[in-house]
Amino acid sequence: MKKIILAIFIIALNLQSCKEPKTTATTSKEKPITDLSIYNLPSKWTNQEGKNIELKSLKGKVLVMVMIYTSCKAACPRLVADMRAIEEKLDNETKKNVKLILVSIDPVTDTPQKLKSFAIANKLNHDPWILLRSTEENTREFAAILAVNYKQISPMEFSHSNIISVFNPDGELIYQQEGLAVNNEKTVETINQEAKKF
Amino acid sequence: MYKVILIAILFFIQKGFINAQQNKMVQIQEGSFVPLYGSTDKKPVVVKTFFIDIYPITNDDFLIFLKKNPGFSKSKIKGIFADKSYLSYWESDFDFGNINPKTPVTSISWFAAKKYCECQGKRLPTIDEWEYVAMADEKKIDARSKTEFNKYILSWYEKSKTYENSIGKTFKNHWGVYDMHGLVWEWTADYNSIFLSGESRKDKSEDKNLFCGGASVNATDLMNYAAFMRYAFRSSLKAQYSTRNLGFRCASTTRK
Repeated sequence: MKKIILAIFIIALNLQSCKEPKTTATTSKEKPITDLSIYNLPSKWTNQEGKNIELKSLKGKVLVMVMIYTSCKAACPRLVADMRAIEEKLDNETKKNVKLILVSIDPVTDTPQKLKSFAIANKLNHDPWILLRSTEENTREFAAILAVNYKQISPMEFSHSNIISVFNPDGELIYQQEGLAVNNEKTVETINQEAKKF
Repeated sequence: MYKVILIAILFFIQKGFINAQQNKMVQIQEGSFVPLYGSTDKKPVVVKTFFIDIYPITNDDFLIFLKKNPGFSKSKIKGIFADKSYLSYWESDFDFGNINPKTPVTSISWFAAKKYCECQGKRLPTIDEWEYVAMADEKKIDARSKTEFNKYILSWYEKSKTYENSIGKTFKNHWGVYDMHGLVWEWTADYNSIFLSGESRKDKSEDKNLFCGGASVNATDLMNYAAFMRYAFRSSLKAQYSTRNLGFRCASTTRK
């Protein structure tokens, strides 16, 4: 009987889960989350090690993000190459303040194991690279923030925008590089400048 | 012990009562159709049985939501979730002024629309779901090849300020759903899944069928043109955007 009551209350609580996530009382030392910050998103993510992380845990880093899927044959290898080209041009001194992040648009296929083997195959299995996936809904929302469009066109194929986004340590979108194999000078400059501010 | 159960039951009754005040839904039977855009090789897309709100969300509905979720009021909403025009026609956070409360709420960002639906235990409809419901006229599930139906839709696209009309004044379609055409444009969950030719984004699948030929205007052209307008509009949106002619309604996979 107690179990039933418990179950009822758990269901009841779930029904109310739409309540706004209270922004956890920020300690006086911590900077509050700004209005335009991606850290306003409550979404939870899993990395290539199978570890759950909150977006917020990346706060304080310069983030360079791109959305891909690991079974992709066309644009994604080139997008990863573009990301790597950016990595090569990062200032060695400030590189530690930068994270390069691949976000999967195909969370159903891209299990943490898949992400891990993709990372190994593409030599991304080390800092500053992070591979992330979340639920389909969180992914759609995250894409909305990045103005990335994507659509599954067959079981193993997606159309998607090719955009590399740069976020400052507050999580505000400060620059986007659009297209494949485009000139990345401005992107790199933006990242290095931002990473120098620490 | 019984008291606890009683409280639990009362809680549910109250919950049910609150839900009853919200927008009623109807069931949409599973079916398939070939959307203008978004299927490979013009293969039919299957739309699974789901539920959709009979009417778009009104200013009245939205006010109730805002009172419970003040973080989404126009002065409190975070910049990342809405642009400056969010609820711009409202007088203040909890006052939409002297406009008719039964008019559809518009100037809403995708984030706010999504949150509203989540708070009802619902979600936004997908593009395919929305288009599937929207292709029905009063009688037929798929009226897209009817000239009259298309003329009706297109004549609405030319009218201005239809957002000032109350909900439920357009026709009731085959499913019992109102205002899919003739009132306001509506957000969909995956509005950001469209790739239109001519957009600056590179490397995406193109659909040559999206463009109408020149002068010939038969029912199919009208139908494609009307649908094209909607897809083009969606592809121009960003999740923070809000405009005066864009509202929303909710959907659900299960009955609410």
